[in-house]
Amino acid sequence: MLGTSLKPMEEIVRFPPTIFPETIQWSNYIETVQAFPFFRYMRNTMLITVFVVAGNVLSNSFIAYGFAKISFPGKNILFALVLATMMVPGFVTMIPQYILFTQIGWVGTYLPLIVPSFFGSAFFIFLMRQFYMSISNELVEAAKIDGANHLYIWSRLMLPLTKPALITVGIMSFNGAWNDFLGPLLYITREERYTLQIGLQSFQSQSTTQWNYLMAGATLVMIPTVLLFFFAQKYFIDGMDLTGGTKG
Amino acid sequence: MKATEKQSGFKKAAEEARHLKKKRWTAGQKKEAWWGLLFVSPFIIGFFGFMFLPMLFSFVGSFTNYNVTSRMDFIGLTNFRRMFTQDELFTTSLYNTAYYVAFNVPLTAIGSVFLAVLLNRKIRGIRIFRTIFYLPAILSGVAVYVLWMQLLSPSSGLINTILSWVGISGPSWLFDPQWTKPALILMRLWSVGGAMLLYLATLQNVPKQLYESAEVDGAGFTRQFFHITLPMITPIIFYDVVTSTIGAFQIFQEAYVMTEGGTGGPANSLLFYNLHMWNQAFVAYNMGYAMAMSMILFLIVLSLTFINLKLAPRWVHY
Repeated sequence: MLGTSLKPMEEIVRFPPTIFPETIQWSNYIETVQAFPFFRYMRNTMLITVFVVAGNVLSNSFIAYGFAKISFPGKNILFALVLATMMVPGFVTMIPQYILFTQIGWVGTYLPLIVPSFFGSAFFIFLMRQFYMSISNELVEAAKIDGANHLYIWSRLMLPLTKPALITVGIMSFNGAWNDFLGPLLYITREERYTLQIGLQSFQSQSTTQWNYLMAGATLVMIPTVLLFFFAQKYFIDGMDLTGGTKG
Repeated sequence: MKATEKQSGFKKAAEEARHLKKKRWTAGQKKEAWWGLLFVSPFIIGFFGFMFLPMLFSFVGSFTNYNVTSRMDFIGLTNFRRMFTQDELFTTSLYNTAYYVAFNVPLTAIGSVFLAVLLNRKIRGIRIFRTIFYLPAILSGVAVYVLWMQLLSPSSGLINTILSWVGISGPSWLFDPQWTKPALILMRLWSVGGAMLLYLATLQNVPKQLYESAEVDGAGFTRQFFHITLPMITPIIFYDVVTSTIGAFQIFQEAYVMTEGGTGGPANSLLFYNLHMWNQAFVAYNMGYAMAMSMILFLIVLSLTFINLKLAPRWVHY
């Protein structure tokens, strides 16, 4: 892909194709960024991503604390319900959700993409709960004896203690929001509010033959995810390990 | 007299204490329960607002001709009848999706177990290989589909170029109805890294002694694999199969992007269930019909999960 993104167009259409470019044409990147409002789309995507990550990290940590450290009647049934929601395909709720967001006038805004992330998601709740389970209950009990309430314990004791899990949730939801295509496709109507994924898709359907620009665009869109992956590899792997170690 | 008075005094005190204790305990418990409810309340609100009530609406809506603008008329089972008797594209989309699921789920499972076993060694630099195989799994979205459209390009794509080196003239992939689905299945295999990592984490938890004693008994690599490794990781295979079946039924984005905005590709060969539902709901605005389709999808996924759960005791070792 990098190869193609740097090739001049003549080299791409030549047969047989070359794997590495013979002439490197960095200007493809500059022309791509100018060919569609790349930076505006990037700003839009970043805005959505920041809110989605904040929503996921806060809400799932909060909800999971309730499931892991507080005993209340019906907890197990409710947790089974959390797990059961994982079995419901997103497409089943998509249409009524769209109708709901149309009725309250949210279509065309970023709210349908952001707000649901503040209400928790089953996989992250599960992940966070597993992490809380590894923290001793005595800590909570001791804090309670000292007169702290759960809100205090969660915000002052648990948030710092569960940092690795929070980072894992944050990174996973960053990836999800950054790569989300379906949500923006459904809810964003005006072109100036497009995200990178939608922008790239409409760029692709407009210029199917300009492979070099398309590849340059695709590379630019992927860069943040790849960078994040290399800097935070441990957390990706921990996230998987957590489910692996406990489900087995 | 005195003794009985004393005794009853004791009793009274004990009862009072018990009563007090019980009362305090319930009060604490009550408070605790309120805290618990407060903490899980976002989930409860989200569950009702974004899942349960929408699904209820879908269920009711699936018996109507709702199309956003006109009113909702109750039309009984017409939507469902139309689906199975008149709408040929429905049958096509169901077939396409079943085809995709039938190949994607087992191939991904086999591929990721294979890779995990391969990479579960203590060799120098193994981490780099794990990273390389895992990286594609986190990359998704339009950029990846664009990349694959190029790789699969019939004349200048990398895949057909490599095939031509060994004297095979590759198919025209996304342009040949016979090859579109295999092309997509091939593409999805690139993200086996996620499941691979899951298996890798499990493999590292398999007790070493099992392999040591197997070696003493003279069991080779294949026998060790089929008699130790595989049984030990069946719970994770089960989890992976259940979730990837649900995931595979949701295939949409790939087909939407690769068929120029959801047209379904050559001869509708990439018109998957969700793509058809999408077109019915958001292109034709046949919301009632689309909601009926979503209910059928839910039923299919639910029964497949149920079958998976029922079959599990036969092959999953806990």
